Amino acid sequence: MNPDATKVWNEASSRANAAAHTQRRRVTIDPITRLEGHGKIDIFLDDEGDVERAYLQVPELRGFEVFSLGRPAEEMPQITSRICGVCPTAHHMAATKALDALYQVEPPPAARKIRELVYNTFMLEDHALHVYILGGPDFIVGPQAPPEQRNVVGVIQKVGLEVGKKVISMRRRLRELISYFGGKVIHPVLGLPGGVSKGLKPEDLPQFQVLAQEGLDFALFTLQVFKDIVLKNPDYVKLITSDAYTHKTYYMGLVDGQNRVNFYDGLVRVVDATGKEYAKFPASQYRDFVAEHVEPWSYVKFCFLKPLGWHGFEEGPQSSVYSVAPLARLNVADSMATPQAQKARDEFFNTLGGRPVHHTLANHWARVVEMIYAAERIVELIHDPEITSTNLRVIPSAKPTVGVGVVEAPRGTLYHHFETDDQGLITKANLIVATQNNAARIAMSVEKAAKGLIKKGNVSEGLLNMVEMAFRAYDPCFGCATHSLPGHLPLSVSIYNRERKLLRQLLQPAN
Amino acid sequence: MSDPNWQPRIVAFFCNWCTYTAADLAGVSRLKYAPNVRVIRLMCSGRVDPQFILDALARGADGVLIGGCHLGDCHYVEGNYKTIRRFELLQRLLRDMGIEDQRVRLEWISASEGERVKTVINDMVEHVRALGPLNLPQHREEWDLEMAHAAAPAGQGELAAQRAEPEVAHA
Amino acid sequence: MPDKPKIAFYWCASCGGCEEAVVDFAEDILGVIEAVDIVFWPVAMDFKKKHIEAMPDKSITATLLNGAIRTSEQEEMARMLRRKSQFLIAYGACAHLGGIPSLANQFPREQLLRYVYEEAPTTVNEAKTRPQSSSQNNGHTMTLPEFRNVVRALDQVVDVDFYIPGCPPTPKITKAAIGALLTGKLPPKGSVLSPDVALCETCARKANKPADLSFTQFKRPHQVVIDPNLCMLAQGVVCMGPATRGGCEAVCPAGNMPCTGCFGPTSRVQDQGAKILSSLCANLAAKDEKEIHAVLAGIPDPVGTFYRYGLGKSMLRRKANMPVETAKESK
Repeated sequence: MNPDATKVWNEASSRANAAAHTQRRRVTIDPITRLEGHGKIDIFLDDEGDVERAYLQVPELRGFEVFSLGRPAEEMPQITSRICGVCPTAHHMAATKALDALYQVEPPPAARKIRELVYNTFMLEDHALHVYILGGPDFIVGPQAPPEQRNVVGVIQKVGLEVGKKVISMRRRLRELISYFGGKVIHPVLGLPGGVSKGLKPEDLPQFQVLAQEGLDFALFTLQVFKDIVLKNPDYVKLITSDAYTHKTYYMGLVDGQNRVNFYDGLVRVVDATGKEYAKFPASQYRDFVAEHVEPWSYVKFCFLKPLGWHGFEEGPQSSVYSVAPLARLNVADSMATPQAQKARDEFFNTLGGRPVHHTLANHWARVVEMIYAAERIVELIHDPEITSTNLRVIPSAKPTVGVGVVEAPRGTLYHHFETDDQGLITKANLIVATQNNAARIAMSVEKAAKGLIKKGNVSEGLLNMVEMAFRAYDPCFGCATHSLPGHLPLSVSIYNRERKLLRQLLQPAN
Repeated sequence: MSDPNWQPRIVAFFCNWCTYTAADLAGVSRLKYAPNVRVIRLMCSGRVDPQFILDALARGADGVLIGGCHLGDCHYVEGNYKTIRRFELLQRLLRDMGIEDQRVRLEWISASEGERVKTVINDMVEHVRALGPLNLPQHREEWDLEMAHAAAPAGQGELAAQRAEPEVAHA
Repeated sequence: MPDKPKIAFYWCASCGGCEEAVVDFAEDILGVIEAVDIVFWPVAMDFKKKHIEAMPDKSITATLLNGAIRTSEQEEMARMLRRKSQFLIAYGACAHLGGIPSLANQFPREQLLRYVYEEAPTTVNEAKTRPQSSSQNNGHTMTLPEFRNVVRALDQVVDVDFYIPGCPPTPKITKAAIGALLTGKLPPKGSVLSPDVALCETCARKANKPADLSFTQFKRPHQVVIDPNLCMLAQGVVCMGPATRGGCEAVCPAGNMPCTGCFGPTSRVQDQGAKILSSLCANLAAKDEKEIHAVLAGIPDPVGTFYRYGLGKSMLRRKANMPVETAKESK
C-alpha cells in the first residue's frame, strides 16, 4: 500500500480508536463473503468478552428509483434487472408485471406460460447456484473448514469432479433456456406489458422437454446430496436447530388461490410466529402492509409490518419484523402445488417439528424443496400444448397511471411500483427488494449468532464464519437490498483490546 | 468563482454557401458585431455532426450557433433538413442535461443576409451573457476534487469529513 | 516450470452480472483455472486484500475490473490493482462507460438520498434520519463509506490498458480476450477487445435491412408486435445497432427486442448517443417542423435511450450546473 496512505490510515485508525467513549472491544467482519453485494458486521464485546451488540451494516447506495425518473416505463424491466446480475430475471419479471398493471393488460395465456417457464427455470438454476456455490459450501465442506476450501472448488473436491461437472452443466443448460426466450440470460429482454417478445418454435420443443426431465432429476439429486451430507450429520443438525440460529418472527410469501407456494403470481400472505394468517393482500395494496425503517448506521432500509409500527430489532409479541425467502414461503403456504415437492415439504416439516419452522439455517433445506417445485413446474409447462402458441402479445391501449408488480425472487418477495405520466414516462418508482424484507431479521440473526457463539473474548476465524453463516442462510443480495449504487466495501475483521491496540485482523477479500 | 472579466465564447458552424458567405458580406460591409464568436466553415449545415456541438460545449464554449441555408435552398438539396431534424432532438437532449435552450441555436441565413448575421450574433451573445458561463471544463476539475481526497480510506468519518472540504477554492 | 500467469477479478459499483458472466464459462472455467492462477475473486473465493497489498508491483498479469466507481474505497482499490497489475482491463459496460448506474449523473446526489430516506412511499422516517458516515448508537461508533457526487468509468480514475465491453460481456469475447492475454497477441493499448464494426454487420436481420431508411414514425417496443425477421429500424423501432460495436452476435435482436447499445461505440465514434441521434434524425421522412416534432415524440427520453450505458463517458458526462456537495455530517 502507498506509504502516505498507510500513514493516513494509521492516523485515522488511532483517532477513531481514541474517539471510542467506552472501553469496549469491537470485532468487525468486513467483508462478508460469498454473497451478492456488500455487508459489514460490527460486533461489540463487553468487558467479559461476551457480545454486547452486533450491527449489520450495508454500505451500498445506488439510486435506481431516482435515475429511473423520466425513463419510458417499458424500459424498466431491462433497467431494473441491472440492480442485480445474479437475479436479473426476478427484477425483470416484477417490472414486467408492474407494466401489466400499469397498462391494465393481461398477457395471453401462452405468454403467461412462457413467463412462468422462464421464471421457474431461473429459480431452479439460481437456487442451485446458492446451494452449491454461495451458501452450500458452509455445509458441504464444513463451517470450520479453512477459508481456502470454503468455496465451490472445495465443494467439487468433496462431492467429486463428476458431480461438480454435472452441477455446472445443468446450470448452463437451464440458463440456455432462459437465453432462448430472453436473448441473453444475464439481463434478459423478453418482458413487455401484455406479453413476451419471443415464442417457442415447435422444432425446439423436444430438447427442452429432455432438459425439463433432467432438471427434475437434478433437483431430486440435490435433495439427496443435502440429506447425505447435511441431515445425516448430527453436528449439522444440531447447528440448524440450535437457539443461536433461531428466530420467531412473522413470515411473508406469495401463494396461489389454494394457498400453495407460487413464485410468479398470487396474493401476498403473511403469517405470524404461530403460523396463523395475519394478512393476505394483492400487490396493489402493498403499501398498507410494508414500510421501511431507517437507521443512521446502514444504507439498507429495514422493512417491517406497517400496521404494527416499528418496535426495534426484537422478537416477541410486539415485534413487527418479518422474513421472506424459502423458509418463509414454506411457512406461509399450506402445501406445494406439485407432488414431489409436496413430499419433500412434508418431510421437511415432519423432521423439524411442524409449521412454522423458525430455524434460519433451515432456509438451505427449504431452498432445495423449492428447487423440486420449480423443476416439476417446468415439466408441467413444457408439456403444455399452448407453450408453442404464437399468440404472445396484447398491445396496451389504456392510459398508463400506476402499476405494482410482485414476484417471489429466490431471496424473497419483490415489489416493483411504477407511476407514470400520460406518455408512460416514469414519474415515481418504488422498489422493495427481497433482501430488504429480511434486513431486520438478518441483523437480529447476526447478533444472536454472535452472542451465542462468541464468549469470553474467544474469537476464532471458524467462529466468525459461523456468524457469517447466520447471514448467508438468507442468501442475501445486498446489491438488490440497496438498489442504489453499489459501493462494494472490503469487509475486514478487526479485534481491538481495551487499550485500543489492534490485536488481530482477519481481512477478507475486497469486493 | 464568477470572473468579472468573463466574456461569452460562442462557436459557430456556418455553411459555406449561405451563412458563411453572409458573414463575409457582413465583414465587407463593415458591419460591427460582437467579437465573441469563432466561426468554423463547413460545406453544409447538414455536415454538423451533433458530436461537434457537444464537443464544443465540453471544451468550454458557452454557446454554439449553427447557420445554414433556408429550407429548400440547400446547395446539396436535403442537407439542411437533416440539420433541422437533428436540432430538434438535440435541443431536447440538452435540456434534459441541464443546458439551456438559448445556448445552442439554429438559424437560416442566406448569402445576402449580412445584416442578419450581425443581429443574430449580437442577440445570441447577449442571451448567453445573461445566462452566464457554462464552464464545463472547470466544473470537471471541481468534480475531480472529490477524488483528490481519496487518500482517506472510506469509513473514517472524521477524516473524510475534514477532507471533504475543498482545500483550494478555484476562482 | 514457469509460474502460471496471475489473474484477478474485482468488482466495484457492479450488479454482479459481470461476475456471473465469468461463472457462465461453465465447463470451460476448469480450463481457465488450469491455465492461470486466480489470486483474487471475491464473489467466489475467500482471498484476502492484504495478500494483494503484499504482492510486488506488476506481479499480476491482468486484473479484470468490473463496475463503475463511486466511492473512495473503490478508487483506492482501482489504484492499488493498477499498481499491482501489468494489464488493467475494464470489464463490462460499467467499467468501460459508466454503465446504467451512471444515469445517476443526471440527478444530484442529494435527490437520491432524500428520496430513498425520506420521500419514498413506504419509508417511515419522521425524524428524517439519514445514514451517516459516522454515528453513535449505545456508545458504539459506527462508520459508513462516503459516496461521490459523480459516477465514473474506470479510466476516469486510473490508466486502463484494455476494455472488454458489454452488459455483461459475452463468454465468447471474454474467452477471446483471456486467450489473447495468455498468448501475448494483444492489440494496441487502449483497444476495446471486440470487433470494431457496427452491430448491424453481425445481426441476423441484416439481410432484411433496407438500403434506405425513412422514418415516418417511431414505435416503442410495447406499441407494436415486432417481426422477428425484419430489421428493427425498418419497423420503426429504435435500435442502437448502427451506433454500437459488434461482438455480441446481436443476442437482444435474437430475443426479438432491439439493441440498447451496451457494447458502446466503435473506435470511430466518440459520443455514442450523439451519433445515433444524428443517424436516426437524418433519416426522418418529415420536412416540416410540426411533422418532425410529432415523429420525434416517438423518442420520449433521448438521454435514457441513447446513453443508457454510456452517460458517464459521454461528452457531457453529467447534467450541467449540478453541485458537487460535501458529505452532510449532521442531521
